Amino acid sequence: MIPFLLIIVPLAGAVLAALWPDERSRPWLLPAVGTVHVGLTFWLLFNPPPVAPDAWLAFDPLARAVLPMVSLLFFVCSIYAVAYLRLRQERPNRVFIALLLAILGLLSAGHQSRHLGLLWIATEAVTLAAVPLLHFNGTPRAFEATWKYLLVGGTGIALSLLGSFCLGYASLHGGGEGDLTFVALMAQGAGLSRPWVLIAWVLLLVGYGTKMGLAPMHTWKPDAYGEAPAIVGALLAGGVTTVAFTAILRVRAVVSAAGAGAMADRTLLVIGLFSMLVAALFLLGTRDFKRMLAYSSVEHMGILSIGAALGGAGVWAALFHVWSNGLTKGALFLSAGNIRRAAGSASMDEVRGMAVLAPRSAMIFVAGMFAVTALPPFGPFFSELRVVRAALAQPGHGFAVTMFLGCLLFAFFGLTRVVFGIVDGRPRPGTRAGRRFVESAGVILPPLALMGLSLWLGLFTPAVLQEAWSAAVAQLFPNP
Amino acid sequence: MNNGHLNLLIGLAMGLNLLALGSNRLPSLIRVMSLQGVVLGLMPLLMERIDWQVAAVALATVAGKGLLIPGLLRRAMRAANIERELDPFIGFVPSLLLGAGGTIAAVALARALPLLPEHAGSLLVPGALASVLTGFILLIGRAKAIAQVCGYLILENGIYLFGLLLIHSTPLLVEAGVLLDLTVGVFVIGIIVDRIQRAFDSLDTRKLTALRE
Repeated sequence: MIPFLLIIVPLAGAVLAALWPDERSRPWLLPAVGTVHVGLTFWLLFNPPPVAPDAWLAFDPLARAVLPMVSLLFFVCSIYAVAYLRLRQERPNRVFIALLLAILGLLSAGHQSRHLGLLWIATEAVTLAAVPLLHFNGTPRAFEATWKYLLVGGTGIALSLLGSFCLGYASLHGGGEGDLTFVALMAQGAGLSRPWVLIAWVLLLVGYGTKMGLAPMHTWKPDAYGEAPAIVGALLAGGVTTVAFTAILRVRAVVSAAGAGAMADRTLLVIGLFSMLVAALFLLGTRDFKRMLAYSSVEHMGILSIGAALGGAGVWAALFHVWSNGLTKGALFLSAGNIRRAAGSASMDEVRGMAVLAPRSAMIFVAGMFAVTALPPFGPFFSELRVVRAALAQPGHGFAVTMFLGCLLFAFFGLTRVVFGIVDGRPRPGTRAGRRFVESAGVILPPLALMGLSLWLGLFTPAVLQEAWSAAVAQLFPNP
Repeated sequence: MNNGHLNLLIGLAMGLNLLALGSNRLPSLIRVMSLQGVVLGLMPLLMERIDWQVAAVALATVAGKGLLIPGLLRRAMRAANIERELDPFIGFVPSLLLGAGGTIAAVALARALPLLPEHAGSLLVPGALASVLTGFILLIGRAKAIAQVCGYLILENGIYLFGLLLIHSTPLLVEAGVLLDLTVGVFVIGIIVDRIQRAFDSLDTRKLTALRE
């Protein structure tokens, strides 16, 4: 019952938000639903429910390993949202709030989908629901970003549907009864028609990879993250991408059961390294600190993809990285949103001296930058270390590890260049003249809490999470 | 499956792909797309078993792809009051050559793939691949937002053709979801088109160039 509540409560909240008459009190629905949702997911994290093997929707080990992070991120962002929407009273927030809640419900559905078709429907719905959120600001640049997001994302979704059909046909050709649950597909294993499995894998990887933002399908990301409000960026980077990642993990398990696991791992490794390389190169060139976060996200999606390519230990590390990256990215997006508001621009050509203008946000931003570039003792350091160790445990990955570390180094140069460019120095004359940005508790505590969580995740990785990740690995690799 | 008649319709749809690539005016492109939608909607009715699910898919396809979506696009076109000429990134002749080459490649590729005996003589797989390719060419090769939407719809039509292979084995949920999402998707795209118009006074995506490195 509770797994369904995770979907129904936010969707009911969305309907309520759409009907709620008062503009000023409506934002409080976000933390209200967020609290219930985070409570339910953490209760389920500690008390995993039994999973019927043929269930289409269930809080299975993989959902348990990832969904609590999404829920936690949403909860923190929802508190930020109350303060943020108070600053943006000039814009109606009915659609914005209703869709944020709908996205939470649809993400819960996507993470819990154990059926190929259902998973696709949930991902498609999340993509469409995010569209109006991207042009919340209503500027021409926001429209441009939305249009690109829709075209690239829509094509990605179309290809993942085609891939799902191909996988369905692989099952049908192999004598399957048309049962498209992942359990049934894995059970059919080598009985799946191999050529169709290979085609399905390519299409699904490209399709869900577009949603995740792996290069070269990442082109929507810098525009969308650059123009969207900070909470939307945080939720896209930490929530929507993870549902695509778990989709890839579930499909990879099927492909592996069909006997093509080695091929799948090679493609994941190559596309992961390519994403890191592209991200590192663009990070060295970008001058906009919100677009910088998007390229950093492409880099971390690459790391997830590499982890997924490295067998059980690698997937464990990738699930760890989903948590550490999602929470740290959240802190970066929220503090970047504050800086953007205080400075009135997102370009390092126009923004200087934020350590003076918005000292607390700048401090969190710098700390988040160090965390996301894998400096100890934050979470990403430990999860990336796990990925490297998983790679070194297998022979023949020397080149990949070298390239991985090289890309991390270049990303570090790129990120520090932009971050210190905007934090240091004297504020530009005239920046202060406008109305001053007040760093209230509502906009400072949420990113600070996320940074704290990232630190805590690194220093004391909780036993229950480690156990949840191990259980998810056991689900994805039934016979190691 | 009534292979002969079905193949005739698929052949027609593939011909319409080429016609879409050669269209140099927006209204004719929309007309071609709407005709293709109707052709696609008739296909499930030629399947060997027609139950109410199959009939519902056929009806929804004719209504959605054949009437509703082209209507929305025409409305968007009128509301935006844009020029009817399509100025392409990829010229009409190169597009046609690409499309024709792609169709041949699709037939060749489909022969290499293993098919169930009941699908063996069918053009569904090559038709699907050719339509997906046509959709891509239009998406990449046309500057007008509405023409890109048409390209996207032809791409979706290709996926629909492929879905016909599975129409008896996949549950209704998947099929319903496909149609619902398609409609919603275009609806959303329509709204966006409307907004782009207001923001830029044009439907030329070449003006969407503020965001880049």
